[in-house]
Amino acid sequence: MFLGTKTTTFMLGVAIGLSGTIATAKSNIVIGLQQEPTTLDPTADATASIDGIFTHNVFESLTTVTETGAVLPNLAESWKISDDNLTYTFSLAKGVKYHDGTDFNADDVKFSFDRAMGEDSVNPSKKIFSKITSVSVVDPHTIEIKLKSVDAFFLFNMAKGDASIVGSESVEGNKTNPIGTGPFTFTSWKRGDRMILSKNMDYRDAANISLDKVEFRFISDPAAASAAILSEELDAFPGFPAPELLPQFEADPRFDVRVGSTEGEVILAMNNAKPPFDDIRVRRAVSYAINRDEIIDGAMYGRATPIGSFYPPHGKAYVDLTGTYPHDTAKAKALFEEAGVAGMTMTLRLPPFPYAKRSGEIIQAQLAAAGIDAKVENVEWGFWISEIYKKQAYDMTIIAHTSPNDMGNFARGKKYFYGFEEQEFTDLWASIRTETDPAKRDEMLKQGQRYLAENAIHGFLFQLPRLGVYRNGLNGFWTSSPVLYQPLADVSWAK
Amino acid sequence: MGYFLFRRTVGLFLTLFAVSIVVFASMNVLPGDPAITILGIESTEDARAVLREQLGLDEPVLGQYFAWIFNALQGDFGVSYSYGVPVSELIGERIPMTLSLAFSGMALTTTLALFLGISAASYHKKPGDWGVMLLSQLGIAIPAFWLSMLLVLLFAVKLRWLPPGGFPGWDEPLSAMRSLILPTVALALVQSAVLARVTRSSALEVIRLDFVRTARASGFSKSRVLWRHVLPNALIPIVTIVGLQFAALVSGTIVIENVFYLPGLGRLIFQSISNRDLFTVQALVMMFAIIVVLANFLVDIAYVLIDPRLKGRSN
Amino acid sequence: MTLRQLPANLIIGAILVILVLGVALLSTIWTPYDHAALSISNKFQGPSFAHLLGTDQLGRDVVSQLMVAAGNSMVVAVTAVFIGGTIGTMLGLLASAKGGWVEDLVMRLSDLGFAFPALLFAIMLAAAFGPSLPNVVIAIAFINIPVFARVSRASANQIWTREYVFAARAAGLGKIAISRDHILPNIAAPVIVQATIEFALAILIEAALSYLGLGAQPPSPSWGRMLSEAQTLMYLAPQLAVYPGLAIVTAVLGFGLLGDGLRDISDPRLARER
Repeated sequence: MFLGTKTTTFMLGVAIGLSGTIATAKSNIVIGLQQEPTTLDPTADATASIDGIFTHNVFESLTTVTETGAVLPNLAESWKISDDNLTYTFSLAKGVKYHDGTDFNADDVKFSFDRAMGEDSVNPSKKIFSKITSVSVVDPHTIEIKLKSVDAFFLFNMAKGDASIVGSESVEGNKTNPIGTGPFTFTSWKRGDRMILSKNMDYRDAANISLDKVEFRFISDPAAASAAILSEELDAFPGFPAPELLPQFEADPRFDVRVGSTEGEVILAMNNAKPPFDDIRVRRAVSYAINRDEIIDGAMYGRATPIGSFYPPHGKAYVDLTGTYPHDTAKAKALFEEAGVAGMTMTLRLPPFPYAKRSGEIIQAQLAAAGIDAKVENVEWGFWISEIYKKQAYDMTIIAHTSPNDMGNFARGKKYFYGFEEQEFTDLWASIRTETDPAKRDEMLKQGQRYLAENAIHGFLFQLPRLGVYRNGLNGFWTSSPVLYQPLADVSWAK
Repeated sequence: MGYFLFRRTVGLFLTLFAVSIVVFASMNVLPGDPAITILGIESTEDARAVLREQLGLDEPVLGQYFAWIFNALQGDFGVSYSYGVPVSELIGERIPMTLSLAFSGMALTTTLALFLGISAASYHKKPGDWGVMLLSQLGIAIPAFWLSMLLVLLFAVKLRWLPPGGFPGWDEPLSAMRSLILPTVALALVQSAVLARVTRSSALEVIRLDFVRTARASGFSKSRVLWRHVLPNALIPIVTIVGLQFAALVSGTIVIENVFYLPGLGRLIFQSISNRDLFTVQALVMMFAIIVVLANFLVDIAYVLIDPRLKGRSN
Repeated sequence: MTLRQLPANLIIGAILVILVLGVALLSTIWTPYDHAALSISNKFQGPSFAHLLGTDQLGRDVVSQLMVAAGNSMVVAVTAVFIGGTIGTMLGLLASAKGGWVEDLVMRLSDLGFAFPALLFAIMLAAAFGPSLPNVVIAIAFINIPVFARVSRASANQIWTREYVFAARAAGLGKIAISRDHILPNIAAPVIVQATIEFALAILIEAALSYLGLGAQPPSPSWGRMLSEAQTLMYLAPQLAVYPGLAIVTAVLGFGLLGDGLRDISDPRLARER
């Protein structure tokens, strides 16, 4: 799959050979991914690697975002927003064609939105369309979207893969043969092994695309992934799965290691609906009992930023609240005793992700030191979905929330698996969602972070890092990522 | 013989039928929801409901089962929930991987086992014999996944001679063969330990027979007698065990494929169970069951052919 | 039979088994350290007098973990083989005594047990009820039932043709009574031999299931899980991938040799060939 015919015994020779190619500017790239997509349509399946490969590479949306999360025009070249912030009029790019040769126009936009919003929609992010009341074609290059209430995240959300503009003629085949308008066309997929994209020669900005061929290889085993990187089979591994293996790449001058941030807040979720976690003393005690530095050191090999609330440290509105409950086992013990739960047994059900399993084992020991017996259960994803997520049958779990702007999770009511509902926060979130003045919104986001930390709704652990290993001379990959995708249009080899 | 065959064939089909019910029932009671697995935990309930309807998950379980078995008997194994392509296509893509591994494993197992078993028999009650027997005990005691890890540790991590996992497909024959070396060895060492013991005891029985003494007495060399006279006559029980072992080997590929990250049927079955991909699991478990049951069936028939007295015993 | 006449495999097997059982028993009263005590700043230490086999990725003492894991492994193997063996032997005796459709049914059910890959059964069990040691016990017990049903039925069928059994029947004893008084004592030897061998297999299966994350849950250690954790750390601490494997091999080899040795004494015809 990845080591090919070369062995590392001949590594030196290969390195010399390849550096010869770099001098004449390579135009192809091999990217390693841990997860293989199941189907290829980002508007019908939530698998992250579908977005990673196709969104803004094969498919495009009305808008796009930068590495820092700023919204830019894409298929919509510009837009006007009415004074009441409820009507968006988008002017669409002209002369755009789908990869099958059909023309792109406002009808395709309407088709894509109707499909995502309609009764028969299986869009994984259907709720981002929920505020739309109407989508109408003004002329072939103008589309008007009306909202029922103000949505501060609307333009950001419209950049998502779930809001990809698909072609009405080709949509049925997108699951296996995706047809979009993007800078790259889908060429081939060998399931279990690799996927190939090629440059779209008819792209409206084709002159600025420097890659001719992009090959994705699917390697789920971290050890195999490192071997493939070291033998220079791969040029990039943007989501490298094993922080413990990074030092060998950092020590190697051939590679460039970038540790950035994602939108994934890793939390020790506590079931707020159920005793003992309906008692704030118990939740605070847990917060005192956990030692973030030890967790990050042991589970992430030091490659993560601690968080004290539910907002990413790279975000504009971030407040550092990691000092709210400094690690203090004695205090935790005292609080547990005060709440009458000392010596109690609780479950800690962990989903099958390395960050969760590793953190869970450490947290188990930290809680034990504070007098709480946490029973660790490593469960399957299907089990987690049905028992923890749907039935709320858990005391504690560890999970990363990878969506941007997801503080609204705390306003989803008692039925969401947090089991948390407070009018004060629900109202706050409603104002955040509808506040269009960025400064005011950031102020409220800070207020929200403080509220969640103060009430110790969950144990807030760390921000999931984005670990990337790249060959030297490769430019344009994002270090941090506010979204699930990575636009390849800007990626190039140094001349 | 005819009646015996008939009874065993009916039993065979009943067994497979029962396996299909067990799989279907257990997949239906497993906690989990394919719709959430596909659409993610941020999806809305109405989108999930639409998808469940599209996948046919809202039908009554009994109806789903009969529809499945009706289609399966006509060669249609359904469409995979998670991949959205026919299950037969998914399996077809992965069969070459698993079969390559099973056959190369079988070939190495048989070669090693015959050589070790016959050698041990020829050195009966001498150090060589004990050595082989100890090796084979050791071979049985080593977990295949640990052996695999040790092989990776030595040949991929330390020496960097061979890839630690993965399979590039037969389009690149040379690297495909290189990727198969470690998994094949891991699979075969344990199996050949079992087979070597059978070969040895079976050869020992033959060695005591008169015609072997005659052959030896008429001046044929020891190795000629072993390979030309003893082996062919000791072969029947060996072949039976090989048949049974092929089944074990196919199941063994499940573990090996997961250790070496090989994109074969064994890995597919793991992924489909965690994706709650009912039709894929159903088809794969049935396939593994058919191989195992068929091997047992053939072995039983072989026994009866060798020793007709056995068929009366089950009455 | 004097000690010198005992087969070598029996002696070696017994020594290994006593060693493993001894360590397992010892672990219930003493280990060098608390097996679950973390010390992340001390991770990946090499062997030293303080930690004879060093520490793991969370700074836990490897020797202590191996010892406690031995206990877990033995408990699972004993319980599972006992449960599976009892049920299987009963079914085998029943099949042999009743004959006819009962025998057919038992044998076809045992076919079913064989046909369903054991590993898959365990995976589904864990998927349904969450992973735990009791579920591993159930899975291993379940796959042992058909094995013991077959062995006991085959042995019992031979005993039923013995003259003393005919005599007992002529004396008017019922089939259940004969099974209990005459058949069971006479098939005990092959069943016990089988149990020893299955015991070895049970240790292997427990390790494989724990390796796949379906067995003992942290902080309770198991050899299989220690291996799976070591696998991703192979570049950093290869030694961690070696010790638990050696422990498994010692235990399995011990019971395997013991089983072989027992078979050799109980069945002299086979012993001559071996």
